[in-house]
Amino acid sequence: MNQKRGFFAVLMLLALGGVILAIARHVVTGTPFLPGQEKSVWLVEARIDFDADGGAVTASLALPEDQMPGYELFAEQAASPGYGFAILTERRSRRAEWTRREASGEQSLYYSAQLVESENRDDNHANDPPLDQSRIVYWDEARELAARDLLKVARERSSSPQSLTRELIKLLDSATSQNAALLRSGAEQRSDLIMHLLERADIATRSVKGLYLEDARRRQTLSRLVEFYTGSEWLLVDPRTGAVGLPADFLVWTRGRASVLDVIGGSKSRVQFSMIRQTISANQLARASNGEGLFSRLGVQRLPIEEQSMFKLLLLLPLGAAVVVFMRVIIGLQTSGTFMPVLIALAFLQTSLIAGLVSFVLIVAAGLALRSYLSRLNLLLVARIATLIVLVVFLISALSIVGYQLGFSTGMTITFFPMIIIAWTIERMSILWEEDGSSEVLKQGGGSLLVAVLAYLLMQNPLLVHLSFNFPELNLVLLATILAMGQYTGYKLSELWRFRAMDDL
Amino acid sequence: MGRAWVSRKQLKNYGMLGMNCRNVDFINRYNDRKLFPLVDNKLQTKLLAQEYGVPTPLLRFVVREQHEISHIEQEFEGLEHFALKPAKGSGGKGIMVVTGRHGDQFVRSSGTEVSISDIRRHMSNILAGLYSLGGSPDVAIVEDLIAFDECFAGYSHEGVPDIRIIVFKGYPVMAMLRLSTHASDGKANLHQGAVGVGLALDTGRCLYAAQFGRPVSMHPDTGQALGDIHIEGWRDILLLASQCYDMTGLGYIGTDIVLDRFQGPQLLELNARPGLAIQIANGRGLLPRLRHIEGLTLNRRFRSEHRVDYAMRQFAELEKNPPGVGAEVA
Ligand SMILES: Nc1ncnc2c1ncn2[C@@H]1O[C@H](COP(=O)(O)OP(=O)(O)O)[C@@H](O)[C@H]1O
Ligand SMILES: [Mg+2]
Repeated sequence: MNQKRGFFAVLMLLALGGVILAIARHVVTGTPFLPGQEKSVWLVEARIDFDADGGAVTASLALPEDQMPGYELFAEQAASPGYGFAILTERRSRRAEWTRREASGEQSLYYSAQLVESENRDDNHANDPPLDQSRIVYWDEARELAARDLLKVARERSSSPQSLTRELIKLLDSATSQNAALLRSGAEQRSDLIMHLLERADIATRSVKGLYLEDARRRQTLSRLVEFYTGSEWLLVDPRTGAVGLPADFLVWTRGRASVLDVIGGSKSRVQFSMIRQTISANQLARASNGEGLFSRLGVQRLPIEEQSMFKLLLLLPLGAAVVVFMRVIIGLQTSGTFMPVLIALAFLQTSLIAGLVSFVLIVAAGLALRSYLSRLNLLLVARIATLIVLVVFLISALSIVGYQLGFSTGMTITFFPMIIIAWTIERMSILWEEDGSSEVLKQGGGSLLVAVLAYLLMQNPLLVHLSFNFPELNLVLLATILAMGQYTGYKLSELWRFRAMDDL
Repeated sequence: MGRAWVSRKQLKNYGMLGMNCRNVDFINRYNDRKLFPLVDNKLQTKLLAQEYGVPTPLLRFVVREQHEISHIEQEFEGLEHFALKPAKGSGGKGIMVVTGRHGDQFVRSSGTEVSISDIRRHMSNILAGLYSLGGSPDVAIVEDLIAFDECFAGYSHEGVPDIRIIVFKGYPVMAMLRLSTHASDGKANLHQGAVGVGLALDTGRCLYAAQFGRPVSMHPDTGQALGDIHIEGWRDILLLASQCYDMTGLGYIGTDIVLDRFQGPQLLELNARPGLAIQIANGRGLLPRLRHIEGLTLNRRFRSEHRVDYAMRQFAELEKNPPGVGAEVA
């Protein structure tokens, strides 16, 4: 009994410690306990990699302006030990420049910017006068002819630069037109092709490079859009869809012909972007620029963004684990595989609930059907599971392709499902099926899905996401809860049903 | 019929042992992890039983390596009937019971005939771990067939009745007889529909019987009245179960015992995580008995005879005045 009391004292200490730390963090850094009281801040990090030749190095990266449509630059930093760094501004365009006398081998340079979402979606450059059309790229005879034909049709079907652009993009995608096919087959990027075509129609164009902001994306490259001049203003168009206007969540990084990245003294250079959405209170925003306190040092926010986005998921795992413990120990739900439901829930976070559920059930059902054939082959377990993994990969690819063809963009994200876990699930369920019948499979499979959905609902709850990421110490409270449940010796809810016959006595 | 739920308070009153309580208060506390292999591996259990003089079906031979299988027929010479099983199997998986020969063929208990090459394939499946938990490599054991006692004729459908006794710190605390039924497909698992007959600890007589969690009074397939069940030589059976504690050192075990017509009670297997259904079959909870034994100031040198006599005396009192005797049986 004494031992038990000591154990609970430790639990209370743990939980209390977590709460006190969280409160201290709240007081010191001003991080709010509730989401929504704060502004959304996008942390965008550019990572430049190249192989230095051994001599002097100058790397120059185009930077976004202070004021972009929909976003405002709040703060920026560069990290690159051993390099001189400066931000150069000329004619309203900004570039970051890293310099070093001598460098060799692989180099990584980082630039990160904090961007605050703003109401102002107006573009400072919307009314710039067009520059002279100087550089027309010449094509060979056949392409010039095809372009002329295509433009002619587009011009006939349109009345303004906007409609001309729209028709042109539509025509380019037409599957039957040989002209379109010929133009498409060139080596040019889609955006360049459209710009060149528009220039031939005497419409001024600019290229726009930017990022589609999506939380916790890593290793992104800049997307290229096209701007054309209507005679009075510049309009953005997506060269793929033909949609005119600024897409939602699109951050304009740079405009014009200037290259995004120049590296002198190095080769194989490339730049990649990671981004993460943070929630920072207004007063934290104010402090952040000079915040060097203990808490801001010990916050997850201090890590490189690539790692932060992983942490965002990682810090949600304890929540999922606690749900599993609760459902198994207190409720008495049966699941197949102890923590598989958490992994399924993680996968749901990356797809979406309905799409995730449907594809999971489809894949497992198809896998079970295939597995019933495998069982006749009398394979060894390892080989059987390996075979299942291969089959699951096929199934997921097939589902993705079919989904894509049907126009579900979720097709692509299904691939995030932990395949090995699915293969194991199928294996366990099929053994269960053989030995205990289909009702047991439904019971355990349903149990797993129920727990997964519950875990998912909690793990995507904005408040809990906010707390787990901004107050990691609160996980100590969860830990204490889990430990306490590990000592629970009372009846499970399911046992009230299982032992129902005792009621008759 | 009762409601679909029973309240926590009622369960507590009846002293029902729940899964969490079993795991935390009994298995974790009294069963040393490192002793688990002694019971999870039937070969180890069997060798241990032979060492301690606990009766168990005679071990004929063990097949450990794939290459032994090619000339296995020599081993079967003169073996008219036998049981072939995986050492790490559970739930009756991978068990092949051969009751006789028919020329070159082996006759299984189900009546089907198999050839020596079928047996070879079965053995290599066992070695590959087809029937063991998690697919770990296994060994195949061949032991003598149990000649089932006639006393259970009419009480079982296909399968063989076995007696499950929970032994806590060497004291038998609860017993039941498991009868397979058509619904359980010949298997003796209660959740699959076998009938569990609670046995009085002092006499080995039927106390209560249940199928699918509900009281029953006769065998659903044969119609035999379950209330007449009375197991002969009951004290010897309890003694055998009690000795399993000395043999393994595990504080909380389930012992599975079958009755052989010629050899008497035989230990079939041990279980370090015995299920809770025995309480339903008895219509009584385990907890008061377990707590009672826990409360004893134990003398480790108490012999099994002493423990068995104590349990028979002590729990007979409990059973005489039960929370509820199945009216259908009494
Ligand atoms: N030696 C044997 N002779 C006859 N039947 C046996 C023998 N061994 C096992 N069986 C049958 O197989 C069933 C399961 O055996 P058991 O040893 O309990 O394995 P498991 O651990 O898989 O339950 C028994 O209930 C009995 O019907
Ligand atoms: Mg058994």
